[in-house]
Parts: sequence; C-alpha cells; structure tokens
Amino acid sequence: MIAFNKYYNHFNLLSSILIVISLLLLIFKGLNFGIDFQGGTLIELRASDSKINVSSLRDRFNQMDLGDVSVKKFGNDTDFLVKFENKDNKKNIIEEIKVNLDKSFGNNYDFRRVENVGPKVSAELLKSGVIAISLSLALMLIYIWIRFEWQFSLGAILALFHDVIVTLGVFSLFSLEINLSIIAAVLTIVGYSMNDTVVIFDRVRENLRKYSDIKIFELTNISINETLSRTIITSATTLLALLAIYLFGGEILKGFSLAMILGVVFGTYSSIYIANTVLVRLRVSQKTVLREDEKK
Amino acid sequence: MLYFSKLRILFITLFSVLFILIASSNLFKFDDNFFDKKINLGLDLQGGSYLLLEIDNEPVIEQKLQNLTTIIRNYFKEKNIKINNIKIENQNIFFNVIENDKQSILDVFQDENSDINPYYPRFKSHQLEIEDTGLNLKVNFSRQGLIKLKTSSQDQAIEIVRRRVDEVGTNEPNILKRGNNRILVELPGLDDPMRIKSLLGKTANLTFRFVTNDENDRFGVEKLKFENGLEEATVSKRIIISGENLLDAQPKMDTQANQTIVSFTLDRVGAKRFGKATSTGIGKQLAIVLDGKIISAPVVRDTIASGSGQISGGFTFQTATDLALLLRSGALPAPLEIIEERTVGPDLGQDSINAGMIALAIGFILVIIFMFVKYKIFGLITNVTLIVNLFILLGVLTLFEATLTLPGIAGIILTVGMAVDANVLIFERIKEELKDETNNILAFDGGYTKSRTAILDANITTLLAAIILFFMGSGPVKGFAVTLGVGIFTTLFSVYFIARLFTSIYVSRNKDKEKLI
Repeated sequence: MIAFNKYYNHFNLLSSILIVISLLLLIFKGLNFGIDFQGGTLIELRASDSKINVSSLRDRFNQMDLGDVSVKKFGNDTDFLVKFENKDNKKNIIEEIKVNLDKSFGNNYDFRRVENVGPKVSAELLKSGVIAISLSLALMLIYIWIRFEWQFSLGAILALFHDVIVTLGVFSLFSLEINLSIIAAVLTIVGYSMNDTVVIFDRVRENLRKYSDIKIFELTNISINETLSRTIITSATTLLALLAIYLFGGEILKGFSLAMILGVVFGTYSSIYIANTVLVRLRVSQKTVLREDEKK
Repeated sequence: MLYFSKLRILFITLFSVLFILIASSNLFKFDDNFFDKKINLGLDLQGGSYLLLEIDNEPVIEQKLQNLTTIIRNYFKEKNIKINNIKIENQNIFFNVIENDKQSILDVFQDENSDINPYYPRFKSHQLEIEDTGLNLKVNFSRQGLIKLKTSSQDQAIEIVRRRVDEVGTNEPNILKRGNNRILVELPGLDDPMRIKSLLGKTANLTFRFVTNDENDRFGVEKLKFENGLEEATVSKRIIISGENLLDAQPKMDTQANQTIVSFTLDRVGAKRFGKATSTGIGKQLAIVLDGKIISAPVVRDTIASGSGQISGGFTFQTATDLALLLRSGALPAPLEIIEERTVGPDLGQDSINAGMIALAIGFILVIIFMFVKYKIFGLITNVTLIVNLFILLGVLTLFEATLTLPGIAGIILTVGMAVDANVLIFERIKEELKDETNNILAFDGGYTKSRTAILDANITTLLAAIILFFMGSGPVKGFAVTLGVGIFTTLFSVYFIARLFTSIYVSRNKDKEKLI
C-alpha cells in the first residue's frame, strides 16, 4: 500500500500555490483568445515555393494595412497560419489579399482554410462558451449534491475548479490559443475529473460504512489504494488515446488534445490529493454517512 | 449475472452484427436502401464553406415606417382629425395633435380591432405602440411588431438566398434559419466561396428611372453615382419599372456593338408601363439603377412595347451572367452581411481525415496492447469488446446519418480510451472479491453488482458534459459532443452485454481455476 496520505499537506500547499499562480496569470496575463472569441480573420496557407517563408509573408501582409498581423509556421515548413484583426470588417478582404499575394508569389501558394469571424459572432461565441462551462460546473454540482453528502460535494467541486483553473493557467502561461475546441476540451475535463473523483468517493463511502474504527485519514488512503489500479489503467488508456491524437491527429487538434492531456493529469492528481483531503479536513466519519442513510 | 439465456445471446449477436453491417456500409456499396446509409462528413473534413448571414433590418423598418406615415396621415384626414408635423426620427414616428383630438387618436391605436394597428386579435399585442408625450405623440413598432417584421423579412430573404445558391449550382447546399434575423448557408465542396459571397452580398434592387434636371420633380429627386464611381446624375424618385416586373433575364452577346449585355423580359404590367414611359420619354435618359448605383443611362430612342429590353454597361461575360442571375432570383428584402465565414479546402479536409484515421488506429492499437499486457485473457475480452464497440458506435452514427467532424473523430478516439474504464472497474472489483471469495462465480457476480454505481456515475458525468456541449456548441464541436455522447451508450451496451457474455463464458468454463484474473 502506498502512503498517499503522508503527502496530503505538501500537495495541498502545492495546489494552493498552483491555483494562486494560475489566477494571477489569468488576471494579469490573460488568455490568448483565437479569432473564435476575439473576431478576426485566419488564413492557413500552403506554399509550393521556398521563397515563401514567415518573413516574406509577414512583409507582404504588413504592407496591406490589416492592423496587427501574426504569421506563424503551422506544422511543417510549407504551411503557415496568418491571423489578423480585420478591424473594419472589410468585405472582400480575402480577394484583395489574394490579388496582393499573386503579385509577389504568383501561383505558388494555396489557401487551405479561411475563417472570418465578425465581432458580433465572436462576442456571442465567448458568451456561450462561458455559459457552457458554468452550466456544466453547476450540473456537476447538482449531480454530486444529490449523490453524496455535502462534504463530498465540496471536495469534488474544489477538485473540479482546481483542474479547470490550473489547465487554463497553463494555457495562459504558454500563451496557447483558446478557441472553440478548447471549450470542448474543458467540458470533457470537467466530466472526466468528476468521474475520477466519484469512483474514489464511492469507495470511501463504502469503506466508511464497513469500518467504524478507522479514521478518515487512513480510510481515504485505503480507498485510494483499492481503486489505484483502476485509476492508473483508465488514465493510462485515456492518455494513450490522447497522445495518439496529439502526435498524429494533425495541427488542428493539437490544442484540443493538449488541453485534454493536461486535464486528465490534473484530474487524476486532484481526485487523490484535493478531493480526499477535503474529507479529511472536514473530519468526515462513519456518522456522516449513517446520518445521511437514516434520512433516506 | 452469470446466466445468459439463448434468446439473449441471439439478440446480442444479431444486434452487434447488424450494427457492424451498417457501419461497414460506409466502405462498401449496398444496393439495399437500409444499409446504404453513410456518415456525413462535416465541412471541416470534406471541404466546403460555412457562411452565417445577418439580415440588416434597419432599411426595412425605415421603409415600413415611411409607408405608415402615409397611412396614418390619410386615415386621420378621412376622419377629419388634424395631425401635424408628422416625421420619422430614430425609428419612431412623431406627430403633433390638438388636445381635443388626442383621446380619439389614442383610442384608434389602442382599439383591439383597430384599422391601422393590427395583430391584437391574433397575438394579444398590437403591431404598433403609441406613447403619449403631451401634444406630441410617438408611434413605433411593438416587440411583437418587430418580431413579425423580422421573421417575414427572414422568410423572404431565405427564399432569395436559396434561389441564388441553386442558380450557381453547388451540390447539396444546406440553407437554414438561425434566430429571427440570420441565415446559415453551408456549401459542401466549395473551396472558393468568392462568387457566392458577392452574389449574396448584393440586394439586387433594380429600378428604371428617368434622369431629370428638374429639381422640383413631383416625386422628388436624388443624386446617384454611376457604377464606375466617377460620374453622377440626378434621377427622379419615380419608379417606372422595378425588378419585380422582370420575368426573365439572360446574358447575351450583342454582336453589333460587340459587347455583353443582359436582356430581360417584362411581365404584363411592366411591359405596359415600360411602353408608356418609353413613348412619352423619347429623347430622355432612362437610368437603370441597381442598389443605389446607376449601371447605365441610355437615351430612349423608340417606344418599346414588346415588353423586352436590354441592359448594357460594359459587362464582362461573368458580370453579365451574375447580374442576370441576380435579376432572375429577385431582390432581397434587406441587405445581408456575412458575419461569420469558415472555408476549408478539400485537400486540407482529406489531410484531416487521414490524420484522424491514423490517430484513431494508433490510439486503438496502443490501448489494445496496453490492455492485453496488463490483463491477459480479460484484456483480450476488453479488446474484443472495444472493437465491437467501435463498430456499433460507427453503426449508430451511420444509422442516424450523423455528421462526423474532426473533433468528432477525436471524440471517437477518446471514447476508445475511456471505454475501458467500465471493464476495468468490473475486473478490479472481481479481483478484490476473489481475495475473500473462493467461489469464482460468486466473485464474478459480486464484481458486477458492486461496481455498478461507480460505472453509472462515471458515465452520467461525461454524458452531462456531452449534452451541454451539444446544445451550446456549434459546427465541428457539436460533432464531438455527438460521438462522445453516443459513445457512452454504446460503451455501456458493449460492457454489460458483450463483455459480460464473454466473461461469463470464461468464468463458467474455469469455475475451479485458482487464479482467475
């Protein structure tokens, strides 16, 4: 049996620090919102001429008076991602850019993807993204509240907030782009983290009913160990699947799979080191579950 | 838990085979209608264009208020009620009244069966609201009035958009209403939406009006620019004929002048008016105005009574074809603005499919190897279940002809990764049971019963997330929600029926084996 409970305090401290750093990052550095949430234009371009590179593209685009233009390599050497604000929301902007690029590069490039999101739509997408995440957190709260005693609910929700905040903190730290698929990833993380916590809690509650003489500090450790094998296998297979998406699923899914990988790692960690420590700190005992059982 | 009746085994087998067949119909061609279903590929996988259009209703409201002022003025004139200084400001009609008439005017607007303020009997709300601000009254559209106005202009606009898109001839366009002022256009296989964008960006409001120098024209005049943006002309506001009078329009080559023109045919009313105007207006310039710009303003030389004519204006064949198309499909009730566009080229779509499939295959193989190494015979059972689960998932998606997107493929891969969870929960539980229980069959039963709540919890939480995503997400993300959500049900089916069937066979054959797992 591994003595997870030996490190409860250490990891609680670590998590607190991580959350504070993440919150500071989110407040002061903020998130790097993609065009989905900020509005603007994105062009994925493939070049068939080595003359076309980041700097020559940047030169060209800067001459076109499009405001802030970002040009980046996208995956391999011939693919580029160009983003700009398109502040005036010009109608034929894509056509104009094509004409302009034709002059310098001839026919040696191809637009593989064009996305243009107006300010109204991006504001709506951001709003519905925030609503979706809040709604999912609320639903999880209700679900766990129905299923477990309040001490357990608090533990699960704290673990959930920890995972979401720290994942977003990492995205802020490395200025990774937040787009629609990241919202999908965050929602899935919420589901996954909850799942992981609930499996351990289920066992804790079962053990609480079984043993009256074991203190919660020991009991959580027993429960974690009993479910450890499952925890490891499920997170391992999920991570293997996600790793396959990250490495082979193409550039478009990179951000999504990275967010999920982070979420699964944090989710697994938090089920052990946050959810359970809340039970310990709230001095949950056999009485807690028995009282609840009587009510039912 | 252990016992499976023959009927049940038959049912499970049939069900699995059926879905495997349906899933494989994506690869093979079946003559049968039922099996010839296919998973739709989203625009991000097959390439295509997604356009979200917003209707700008301001001009419509402005126009309707303009008409209303005339109606109000005439209505009260007939009733000998004096109203003065009627004007439109910020989408409100204002007019002055005298104290004695005020109440009767208010009554007219607030009457449930009002002549000029309809809707009450049907919607329990009037079209117009009137506000009493002393001797100056304010009239504007009520909420209900605005909703009706928006939905009706949306209905008209979607019809015109459909005609224009159909005329261009893209395959299987998808045109849908969004809210009450938006239209979604999905154009699969189209990688350069430039032409459609420019066609949808035009209102195509065509009028024929005389050029005049008389500033005091009875109908009012306005200065309009020519299409080239250089010259200007003063044009009467009196409309001789408009786009509504057109029966047909076609691009043609005028061999005499060696230029491309658009020839048109008028309906009966239009032909009559055009004939009359051209007979009285010989020598005058007739301006052909499209969306507030003059295309050309030829001098009338003859009376044209045939009801057909032609528009010239330095067209190329392409621009003439597009103008003819716009005129044939009719004018939009209001201008449209493209507020969101997402276009994916077909080769990127194919690349995404390939990448997705490779990731799926590799993810699958990794999970299978891992499970086999970790669990041996039970790992094998899990793996068989995983494969069947994947086929059933694809089968369900095919059966409902769901749209598969790139995030959707990610959802399938993720399902593969998470699907082992339920089996692992059960097997681990059986292992634990075996510590105190020497009877393999009882341990097996206990494993299934005691793990049930945890499995249910786990799947409900993921399902909740998927449901929210489905309703809040758009496009590709919705595809993810679908595969994730459907994946939960197929996983539960395959765990509780298929895997359990295999496990029960294994356990009953090895009742007395020392080390079961």
